[in-house]
Amino acid sequence: MDDSVHSRPRVPETLGTQTLNFTLNGEPRTLEVAPNAVLLDVLREQLGLGGTKKGCDHGQCGACTVHVDGQAMNSCLRLAVMCEGQQVTTVEGLARDGELHPVQQNFLECDAYQCGYCTPGQMMSATALLNDERIGTDDASVKEAMSGNICRCGAYKNIVEAIQRSRAQLGYDATRKEGAA
Amino acid sequence: MRTFAYSRADSVDHAAHRTMPDTAFVAGGTTLLDLIKLDVLKPENVVDINALPLKRVERLNDGRLKIGALVTNTDLAHHPEVKSHYPVLSEALLAGASTQLRNMATTAGNVMQRTRCPYYRDPAAKCNRREPGSGCDAMDGINRMHAVLGGSDACIAVHPSDMCVGIAAIGATLTLQGPDGEREVDFADFHRLPGDTPHIEHDLADGELITAITLDAPLENAGSHYLKLRDRASYEFALASCAAQLVLDGDTIREARLALGGVATKPWRCSDAEAALVGQTADKTSFERAADIALKDAQAREHNGYKIPLARQAIVRALRNAARGDKPASETQESQA
Repeated sequence: MDDSVHSRPRVPETLGTQTLNFTLNGEPRTLEVAPNAVLLDVLREQLGLGGTKKGCDHGQCGACTVHVDGQAMNSCLRLAVMCEGQQVTTVEGLARDGELHPVQQNFLECDAYQCGYCTPGQMMSATALLNDERIGTDDASVKEAMSGNICRCGAYKNIVEAIQRSRAQLGYDATRKEGAA
Repeated sequence: MRTFAYSRADSVDHAAHRTMPDTAFVAGGTTLLDLIKLDVLKPENVVDINALPLKRVERLNDGRLKIGALVTNTDLAHHPEVKSHYPVLSEALLAGASTQLRNMATTAGNVMQRTRCPYYRDPAAKCNRREPGSGCDAMDGINRMHAVLGGSDACIAVHPSDMCVGIAAIGATLTLQGPDGEREVDFADFHRLPGDTPHIEHDLADGELITAITLDAPLENAGSHYLKLRDRASYEFALASCAAQLVLDGDTIREARLALGGVATKPWRCSDAEAALVGQTADKTSFERAADIALKDAQAREHNGYKIPLARQAIVRALRNAARGDKPASETQESQA
């Protein structure tokens, strides 16, 4: 039995698999998944989408953040089978027609990362908060809403700048905002 | 991660009539999956209750607010009824966890969350809560985060919820659905003190499901505040927290509600301190006296003695802000120190 991080999720033969129907980055998908398969592992190992990162695997770092029905969630603490009928968006789903999402572009331009490991999770939280009217638009509110994403390189200052710059740009382009998943 | 069978409940009755052994309900999953990965919880059956119709927030005719078990922490914190009539609960919810976790976590799941005691979370450590009779490594271990109120010789683990501290200061009733029908439990009686049986954490019987939490009618004209003190300004558990509500008549306190978090083994309502506040002038002297009463039975271990003066200050400041009826910007900054 291989329990290494890199192994595919173990499918217990006695418990079989379950069929999962959901929408992933806009495409309807049907998968057979183990009942105990975690969404993060299914994305990375079963579907080969390595953009979503495994950091702590316990909901403490935010590297695994994806959108489920438009809301930021920790994919490490969600069973894949719980996503039946839901819309899941990963960092791979942010760019459109080969063009980076404004948040991605601004992370680049603002130097909002060093090692980049937390960056996909940071950008998924950022795109979710820009679409959430319940979250304030000032820097303090952005920092509070982003606090579930830890950056060990300490790029926080530039991350806030990238988000606020994106907000200003998205304000002029409502179509793009709608497309931000 | 260990294996288990997974199924979806399609009705509350269906969920509550599960008689399979070692069954765990899953809603948000933020506690359950975390602790299954650590091999602390070992369910053989996981029943997904997310399809149940328990997502409503409803104002009852008697003024109380009935909250469905599956309402997320985010939705509850921003609900207009909560923001306008129970701001202390909205503040408490938003002080807890992170955006992502609040989006996943549910109202009943928050009530059912487990302690963050590192010895509970480590199957190699001794823990009476996880393994009855095995001992407690926290007693003489690193107990900086542990409880000073409500502990026993068997366990000093802190109940980690912010939401529950807000609810404790409001008052509420839990509705439980079980194989034998529905029953109601006072929120104050739901969580158990550890005593000699720290593994029995709450009043929920096998097969029972929390379906709703009904808040007492709001205190009219109350000022309130939830103050949380922690090692960093956000996304961290409380070292000490305080939920306070005060109704004033001029400078005289007519009604008081006070609860503590981060320092106790369950959400900690301070009834004696509340009684001592009524009829007094809303000033520092009264608040300090109330804090002393609330903490008179506090007991520290080697590393958590600082929590007693910290909680005392949290009470005084939360009451001061509740008496003001607003939160000046300087106080917000101060609370994040």
